[in-house]
Amino acid sequence: MIRGLIGGTVLAAGLATTVPGTGRAQSVPARQSEGTQEAQTASAPAPVVYINGIQPVMDHNIYMHALLDQFEARFGADGGQFRYDGQAWFGTDYDKLWLKSEGTVGTNGKFGDGDHEALYDRAISRYFDVQTGVRLDIDNGPTRAWGAIGVEGLALYFFNVEATAYFSDRGAAGRLQGSYDILLTNRLILQPQVEMNFYSASDRARGVGTGLSDIDTGLRLRYEWHRKFAPYIGVSYSGTFGQAADMARSRHERVQDLNFTFGIRTWF
Amino acid sequence: MSIRSLTGRGAITRRRFVIGTGLWGAALAVPQRSAGAYAPVYTPASGRPDPLPGTRFDLTVGSVPVNITGARMHAVGVNGSTPAPILRWRQGDTVELNVTNRLDEPSSIHWHGIRVPADMDGVPGLSFGGIAPGDTFTYRFPLHQSGTYWYHSHSGFQEQTGLYGALIIDPRDGYAQHFDRDYVMVLSDWTDVDPEDIVSNLKFQSDYYNFRQRTVDTFFRDAHRQGLGATIRDRLQWGAMNMAPTDILDVSGIIYTYLINGQSPAANWTGLFRPGERIRLRFINASAMTLFDVRIPGLTMTVVQADGNDVEPIPVDEFRIGPAETYDVIVEPTADGPYTVFAQAEDRTGYARGTLATRPGLAGPVPPMDPRPLRTMTDMGMGNMDMKGGMAGMEMGSSPGKPGEAPASGGMDMDHMDMKEANRPGAAAMDMPGMAAASRHKTELKPGVAVQSVAMMPINRLAEPGDGLENNGRRVLTYADLQATISGADPRPPSREITLHLTGNMERFIWGFDGKKFSEAEPIRLTLGERVRFVLINDTMMEHPIHLHGLWSELENGQGECRPYKHTITVKPGERLSYLVTADEPGLWAYHCHLLYHMEVGMFRTVVVS
Ligand SMILES: [Cu+2]
Repeated sequence: MIRGLIGGTVLAAGLATTVPGTGRAQSVPARQSEGTQEAQTASAPAPVVYINGIQPVMDHNIYMHALLDQFEARFGADGGQFRYDGQAWFGTDYDKLWLKSEGTVGTNGKFGDGDHEALYDRAISRYFDVQTGVRLDIDNGPTRAWGAIGVEGLALYFFNVEATAYFSDRGAAGRLQGSYDILLTNRLILQPQVEMNFYSASDRARGVGTGLSDIDTGLRLRYEWHRKFAPYIGVSYSGTFGQAADMARSRHERVQDLNFTFGIRTWF
Repeated sequence: MSIRSLTGRGAITRRRFVIGTGLWGAALAVPQRSAGAYAPVYTPASGRPDPLPGTRFDLTVGSVPVNITGARMHAVGVNGSTPAPILRWRQGDTVELNVTNRLDEPSSIHWHGIRVPADMDGVPGLSFGGIAPGDTFTYRFPLHQSGTYWYHSHSGFQEQTGLYGALIIDPRDGYAQHFDRDYVMVLSDWTDVDPEDIVSNLKFQSDYYNFRQRTVDTFFRDAHRQGLGATIRDRLQWGAMNMAPTDILDVSGIIYTYLINGQSPAANWTGLFRPGERIRLRFINASAMTLFDVRIPGLTMTVVQADGNDVEPIPVDEFRIGPAETYDVIVEPTADGPYTVFAQAEDRTGYARGTLATRPGLAGPVPPMDPRPLRTMTDMGMGNMDMKGGMAGMEMGSSPGKPGEAPASGGMDMDHMDMKEANRPGAAAMDMPGMAAASRHKTELKPGVAVQSVAMMPINRLAEPGDGLENNGRRVLTYADLQATISGADPRPPSREITLHLTGNMERFIWGFDGKKFSEAEPIRLTLGERVRFVLINDTMMEHPIHLHGLWSELENGQGECRPYKHTITVKPGERLSYLVTADEPGLWAYHCHLLYHMEVGMFRTVVVS
């Protein structure tokens, strides 16, 4: 039988020539090339040389995905709005370039709330990544630039969270975002979502105020016809608070909006 | 993105029932020999009349048009077919294989389970430079062994796209078990989706192919059944780990069509027999990502070989076969049949199906799939603390496994643990003989980017049939049942132990050993001739079929000196097991999980024997 044979030839040959009895052979110290790398350990084995430099598996591939989480029309008592919110990333398991962009075309037809970020993303724990980079507010209002640092990931109990702090010569700002997927069925998913923005100083030109400035929240019911393509309907609420609300009032803009929403969530 | 991956659940019905007329749709290759003759009859997977016998072979790797699901696709095959032709060799011969690559990318063929010199093993980078497009590489090696094995590409995802085939080595001194007929049963998982897309999708959303998650509906049903409090506690328990008990297989029947010998369930591969014959069925799991549970309702299967090596015959109703494993069974149908060969995927999202019949065209009833398993806290490496785990533990007490050979390293011996203690977590933890070792490793290995969890109390699960197979009323093969017919060739005790944790982060779809991917880790170094014990601790909640190239892995399963020799060992979630290896062949060897996507993202090590 096979084992008899293996034992009889291969093994015996191997043992006879190389093993001193007990099999307690010391590995032969392969000298590290004489030079600066002075004995890490005297018997540091020679590094493995892969034939033609071929790696047997490609475990550091670069992956790229983009998620358009919100791409939606909103209808309320005072007319329609359009909003999008998406992110894209490009990189390895540990290091990624991350892009985020969101914005709203309001009832007045103007592009507002335009927030665009380019971040370096580093995986730091099981579920969380640290992100650092820049944020640019570019829309119909005056342009502002910020430095950004934050975390994004999956909190326990499957809450998706993002918390980011922003800094500029105008002060600091913060953003908290969270969402949660409630599986009504495996394809019909109810998602509460919230985004809150805080500022340390008001910026009248952009209509933001000190403290909690605005909230955008929604409850969306999507159908994952395909993982990568899910139409949804929902309600969304956006509101401004404190100083920001006063600014809105003074401009005769609405302080809060409750809208019927429909759109698609897609990624690729 | 593949459009075909858009079709979603509705497509399952189509896939399963529309005839997948591939190359072999009509070619059932009916054996036309007299049943009186004892010459075994092979029915090939490829539609060829016979496997390729001999010692010299010309094999051409190339693109093969197929239609498994109703869509015209291109597979990677050999000599115009997928599965690749069955190769039939004779123990003691030296074979020569001229493999020509007609693809426009590099290729390779690895002879799975075959003891070869390292430069013949066929792993690009480790044993040779691969086969460039247009080139021919000649493999030549002597056959020391016999048994059922297989061959497949070790380049990229070519194994998923069709480059796999059976190989049989007939023993020089004849078979230990008499049989009249002989069929190769190659199980595989076909998808029209590009494998690169699959791995990329899993990186973005690890439950992409799982449409069996718990929902609001199952919450209320569970609450009704087991009480609201218990249900909430259970949900919180899993939620606190960000894990889901429905994580069974990463890639599911949502995109896979499961095949026997390249045939979809609708095409119904059929093997003929005459009542009263003894039929040897050589099951090979050549799938990329699927554990199969195999049974033939109405027939008892006598397992006579595991991974190419004879074992004491053991009659079973069912067995689980992990990717890359092989089992030979003998069945003796006395009635006319037909008998359905039913191989359901572990997650029960689909099945492969074939038929044993006395004439072509017959089909037996297809049994309903079993309930899908749910992972338990035992699978999470928490020992036998919860009810399901506790029951599995109870089964172990009455199992035939002999405790005497429990690994010296402290594999946990459940036989010596009474159930009262098992139900008292604190006490159980303290009494466990293996706790010292386990906790030592716990301090070394911490959760992090690449490590989602560390098993607190890994246990010996060799006598358990596996998730989804407990208490189903059938006699299911376990690893503890496998007893070699002869004792091992190397009686020396191991001179050292190599402990490896099987680790991963499901959420990020990162897999590795000891929290490291292949490219981040040092190779494992063995001295030529040395005898070592590998201890594997599975910290993940999935099975991993671990395959060591070039050397035998002798599973320490309580069978004394008659350890089963295996080339691939499937480690259950939360399990700790050990096996012995004699490093009797020098060279660079691959060591990896045989779930293809786990291997490709890093669950791979180089083993250096020098
Ligand atoms: Cu694995």
